[in-house]
Amino acid sequence: MNPTFIELDRVSLRYPGGDVLALSAADMKIGEGDFVAVVGPSGCGKSTILKLVAGLIPATTGNVMVGQREVRGPSKGVGMAFQNPTMLPWLTVRDNVMLPLKIVPPFRQGYASKKKTEFADRAEALLKQVGLAGFGDKRPWQLSGGMLQRASLCRALIHEPRLLLLDEPFGALDQFTREELWAIMQSLWMDRKPTVILVTHDLREACYLGTRIYMMSARPGRILEICDVDFARPRTLPMTFAPEFTAIVKHLRMQIADSRGVALEAA
Amino acid sequence: MKLDARTRQRLLSMLWVLALFLLWELICRLFGVTDLVLPKPSQVFKVLIERLPALMPHATQTLFTTLVGFGLGVLVGILIGVMIGSSRLAYDVAYPLLVGFNSIPKVAVVPIFVVWFGAGTVPAILTAMTISMFPVVVNVATGLATTEPELEDVLRALGASKTDILWNVGLPRTMPYLFASLKIAISLAFVGSVLSETVAANRGIGNVMMIASGNFDVPLVFAGLFILAFLGVALYGIFSYIEHRVTGWAQRKTEFAM
Repeated sequence: MNPTFIELDRVSLRYPGGDVLALSAADMKIGEGDFVAVVGPSGCGKSTILKLVAGLIPATTGNVMVGQREVRGPSKGVGMAFQNPTMLPWLTVRDNVMLPLKIVPPFRQGYASKKKTEFADRAEALLKQVGLAGFGDKRPWQLSGGMLQRASLCRALIHEPRLLLLDEPFGALDQFTREELWAIMQSLWMDRKPTVILVTHDLREACYLGTRIYMMSARPGRILEICDVDFARPRTLPMTFAPEFTAIVKHLRMQIADSRGVALEAA
Repeated sequence: MKLDARTRQRLLSMLWVLALFLLWELICRLFGVTDLVLPKPSQVFKVLIERLPALMPHATQTLFTTLVGFGLGVLVGILIGVMIGSSRLAYDVAYPLLVGFNSIPKVAVVPIFVVWFGAGTVPAILTAMTISMFPVVVNVATGLATTEPELEDVLRALGASKTDILWNVGLPRTMPYLFASLKIAISLAFVGSVLSETVAANRGIGNVMMIASGNFDVPLVFAGLFILAFLGVALYGIFSYIEHRVTGWAQRKTEFAM
């Protein structure tokens, strides 16, 4: 396993004013360059883990370590993407993708002088890699949901972050678009090898993309099971229909049914 | 002759305005309405043209106080709006104060300004400013408050400071709200400056109308109203045009996009 990059040590979180624990005594160890998927029923604190790692909210108890240092306040230069692509409507797609370069050092110092040349080329290259070549000058509202989500991934990666946090980025897309984006996400990750935490509802997605899957219980969120997925990369769509693959998906699905207290036979 | 839909629509709306004036004229003539009650539009225009050289300095004065008051109102409005929109504490403290202040009839404030600064230009500017400030504050604060929380998370995870977020997201997002408020604010600024001129000034359209009504010169009062209406419409038009150019992205027109 790669050297540890992110470590959660008995981390719990109670949102201010709430009596329920959103996350209960979570232990995680994520190696540098790993692709980790977190799955679980809704409301199990999956997104909370991302916010804790990004330092957007402080843990109630326990320690969050990123890169040997304790997280105390918002991180710097972490890439994030959500289900909602949140593109800025007054900027072109290319300028949207370049937004992190305006904020993250050392890029921000050279932004004014390089935004038309080096940075624009860099954004264009990234857009091309996700299949959006030639769309840089369009406005966000001229793009479909799937295209916006590709642009959102570009925005999360433009500054070559060491850590990428994805909160159901493909959740609002149709099945076919979603499966295309898995392949794109995989190739982006294989090229750059950032550490990725992907939060998702989709078990096939978790198995396709993840090297390791953390399975969480319903609220209060606890980590029920850690499951390593050893299929060779790059993984392909046909592989997701292989018996070994579906066996893992089925196993995870049953675990979730158990944690929700619902018998699948009865449902 | 063939006209495109836009020109036809414009022509039609102009014809309607003209028709309304004709109707007014007709009613005055048919029922023999006296000038003291409602002057005929033809008479108002006659007075307007005859007295224009005398009226011009007053119109300029009103335009000047309105624009300066409006400018200051927008500036202060944006500052307060940014403050209220980006800080919870500022919102809790300032919002009730602002609502309270806005509920005071401005006509009651003018005498205070006159006591402080003397009659004339300064009270007119200040009244225009205080009256036009409120819509700007409310709209700027609203624009800032509607920033998507997810986008804020994306930026904060990158290490963006509050100022970074304000410049890159908050202020641009607020632009459509700001321009919508400018159109309202400029009309209100006229109300403020004319109000103050009516109460305490020796120049400006408000003052002219005050004196004219004292002399029962009703056509001149109406001439003043026409000038105000014209200035108001002209400035509204200018701000609509700027709004369209600056915040076209918010209107999502296809012709803007390409």
